[in-house]
Amino acid sequence: MTDKSKGFTRRQILVSSAASLAVGAAASAKAATVAGTPGWIPFDHNGPMHYDTPGWQFFTAEEAREVEAIVERLIPADDLSVSGKDAGCAVFIDRQLAGEYGTFARLYREGPFTPGTPAQADQSPLVPQERYRIGLAALGKYCQAQFQKPFSGLEGEQRDKVLTDLEKGAITLEGIDAQFFFQQVLGNTMEGFFADPIYGGNRDMVSWKMIGFPGARYDYRDYIALHNQKLDLVPLSIIGSSAWNKKG
Amino acid sequence: MATPKKLPATDVVVVGLGWAGSIIAKELADEGLNVMGFERGPWRDTAVDFNLASATDELRYNRRQELMLRTKQNTCTMRNTPAETALPMRDWGSFHPGNGTGGAGNHWAGITFRFQPTEFRLASYLQERYGKEVPAELTLQDWGTTWEEMEPHYDAFERLAGVSGKAGNLNGTVVEGGNPFEGARSREYPNPPTAQTYAPTLFAEAARNLGYKPFPVPSALASQAYTNQYGVTMGPCTFCGFCTNYGCANYSKASAIVNVLPALIRKPNFTAKTNAEVLKVTLDSTGKKATGIIYVDANGDQFEQPAEIVVVAAFIFENVRLMLLSGVGQPYDPVTNTGTTGRNYAYQTANSVRMFFDDKNFNPFIGGGAIGMGIDEFNNDNFDHAGLGFVGGGSTRVTPIGAAPIDSRPVPPGTPAWGSQWKKATVENYASSMSIGCEASSYSKRTNYLSLDPNYTDPHGRPLLRITFDFPENDLRMAEYCTNKVAEIAKSMNPRAFFPSPRKGPWANTSYQSSHIVGGFIMGADPKNSSVNKHLQVWGVPNLFVVGSSAFPQNPGYNPTGTVGALAFKAADAIRRLYLKRPGEMISV
Ligand SMILES: Cc1cc2nc3c(=O)[nH]c(=O)nc-3n(C[C@H](O)[C@H](O)[C@H](O)COP(=O)(O)OP(=O)(O)OC[C@H]3O[C@@H](n4cnc5c(N)ncnc54)[C@H](O)[C@@H]3O)c2cc1C
Ligand code: SF4
Repeated sequence: MTDKSKGFTRRQILVSSAASLAVGAAASAKAATVAGTPGWIPFDHNGPMHYDTPGWQFFTAEEAREVEAIVERLIPADDLSVSGKDAGCAVFIDRQLAGEYGTFARLYREGPFTPGTPAQADQSPLVPQERYRIGLAALGKYCQAQFQKPFSGLEGEQRDKVLTDLEKGAITLEGIDAQFFFQQVLGNTMEGFFADPIYGGNRDMVSWKMIGFPGARYDYRDYIALHNQKLDLVPLSIIGSSAWNKKG
Repeated sequence: MATPKKLPATDVVVVGLGWAGSIIAKELADEGLNVMGFERGPWRDTAVDFNLASATDELRYNRRQELMLRTKQNTCTMRNTPAETALPMRDWGSFHPGNGTGGAGNHWAGITFRFQPTEFRLASYLQERYGKEVPAELTLQDWGTTWEEMEPHYDAFERLAGVSGKAGNLNGTVVEGGNPFEGARSREYPNPPTAQTYAPTLFAEAARNLGYKPFPVPSALASQAYTNQYGVTMGPCTFCGFCTNYGCANYSKASAIVNVLPALIRKPNFTAKTNAEVLKVTLDSTGKKATGIIYVDANGDQFEQPAEIVVVAAFIFENVRLMLLSGVGQPYDPVTNTGTTGRNYAYQTANSVRMFFDDKNFNPFIGGGAIGMGIDEFNNDNFDHAGLGFVGGGSTRVTPIGAAPIDSRPVPPGTPAWGSQWKKATVENYASSMSIGCEASSYSKRTNYLSLDPNYTDPHGRPLLRITFDFPENDLRMAEYCTNKVAEIAKSMNPRAFFPSPRKGPWANTSYQSSHIVGGFIMGADPKNSSVNKHLQVWGVPNLFVVGSSAFPQNPGYNPTGTVGALAFKAADAIRRLYLKRPGEMISV
């Protein structure tokens, strides 16, 4: 943990409580027997995560540069908001890929893998880490062949054209379906832009301010009867720490 | 594999501690029996799991499905027709099964309807009314029970969950402001209706202007502080909008962990085993008596737990899979139309109409899973189907569940998915769009069924459950008709634009529809075409009870849990009143 200024981070609370209290149903790997009054362990197994460690955790510096160049066009800077890059979408994706999502650790991954029908949804043998690694390399190769430059070396409008072609499937990528890769990146970019800033994207709650979503508030009893009125509620993040507001 | 270690016997084993299992465990523990509950997931507790510091996390709960069963642990395979090869649902899309105490009842939406009196004799009723007009593809069945037998148990579940609503029919007298199509109820709802946001209010006004009778959607989100018959207290809902797919941090959304387990776990004659997955129900050599269960803990060690009574309440998929794996009942075969385990699998037909306005602000982030207004004019057989070519219908309603923006950013069809145009449309429409849903019936047909998959296995090497399902023609015609009716209401509200989405085939795992999944181990009056009798007692294995939406022979245009809860009380009541006095078949045929 890098931010020592605020005392305990949630992560530290998580670690220390797990170490000092070894009892309780959820902390145990075995079948747990619960009788009487169950023990109460704060943040036992679902404490919020800080993602404020500097540096890239999954991407190489080169991959990170390319992803930033993509998210900067998917969510461009304009009078409504900063860009996806400045909102932290690439950081968000990097942290997601470094965590259990990156390997689909919670999902059923037994073969045989066959494409199936569209109704049978995502049957790809590739996990998100591989989707990015293969897709970014293939996109780089395509751009080098077409423009003798990496994707990040292209002008904004040229980048938009490549992204549009990926979206339509007008480009063939090596090792991964172009549309599939595009949807993966677009989906994660939107997650990063709109998720709680605790995950590294949506810096300063930029998207929430933009659309008027009040974020982590939990009590609207005073507002529910105010029909058809603009409420202008200041948004809140899960943890109101200044750590979220720092860039980089 | 090593022989499972045999543990000392108990009176009752309950498999699954969601709504159904927790209710039965509590009722039987109150009877003085020694009860053990087995739950494959963790112990969940509001204070620990749904605290304010993480309850509002859309990425964690909605996108990464924190509370749902990990497909790695168990999933289903799916295909649309018997000719296809089923493939595993690697990620949940169409529905969101639960895991851990409370089950799917932690992250449910809380809409708590009763089914109507005619539903329990649907096949007979429709035959009487429409004769040959009932489409021949359907395999509708009666439930083998009646409204009169169900009503007290609906009442018990509504008291338990503290349902907030307005009666529409009190002891046969139609009451203004409630749902005039509901069956006669013996009492008013335990709590008054909740407050409403703008969108349902506007919808109700439009519906009233067209001559319909809007009513508050019956809600297991408490409108005020409430203490139930087990002495457990709920707090008032604060309309936080992190409700469906999330747990409630306020003790306001009814669930087994809020409304049952706090009372149950304190009883000395009840024990819960969590992280304990039941692998099968054991039978004696005659196959006519359950002797207990085998379970595996998280270390992979197996144990045998003998019991006098076994209750399986593990949600439809695992109810049916456990019966197939334990050899209870004959597996259903759609070709020969024989066997009962797996038959009459059905779903829910989800339709909607999305509207975009210029001059409205709905504050869509205010709401909850069951905060809303509805009408029932197009549901089930509430309208005359003569000459229409289909039967069934849907519950029409506006229930703003909240609008956390990773998923909730409506833009008109045709809007670019990224770039400045996308962003502009997102900002313009976020607060000024609303949608009317129509949660419609799903009727069984011969080729929709559950069976064991021949190719894919779970981590213990046992076959996954295979779903073969597609929407019957009947249901697609119904979807078209009802959605058009809903679109007329939408139009009368003068939006800038509106877009009807009637459900179309094929059924797909690509987008969420509902977790209202039914059938496969259905109740009825005849062991030839049903698996359990009206007491949820398995035909031919009288000390085994299988409880849940698996017992529904088809699904009407309502959410299922009011009926799941009522069936749990019904089974417990039969065990307490009848079975314990004279163990054996409670109904002989
Ligand atoms: C997002 C969502 C919204 C919903 N909204 C509504 C709504 O508005 N209205 C409505 O009526 N219904 C709604 N439902 C459906 C509702 O949640 C279910 O009908 C209800 O929870 C079913 O209760 P149950 O006890 O049968 O199953 P569950 O609540 O799923 O409980 C079953 C339990 O059994 C456990 N289990 C399974 N297999 C095993 C095994 N082998 N060994 C040990 N334990 C096992 C599971 O982990 C689970 O805890 C919704 C569901 C979801 C997911
Ligand atoms: S909307 Fe109400 S019931 Fe639902 S989670 Fe929020 S406070 Fe709880």
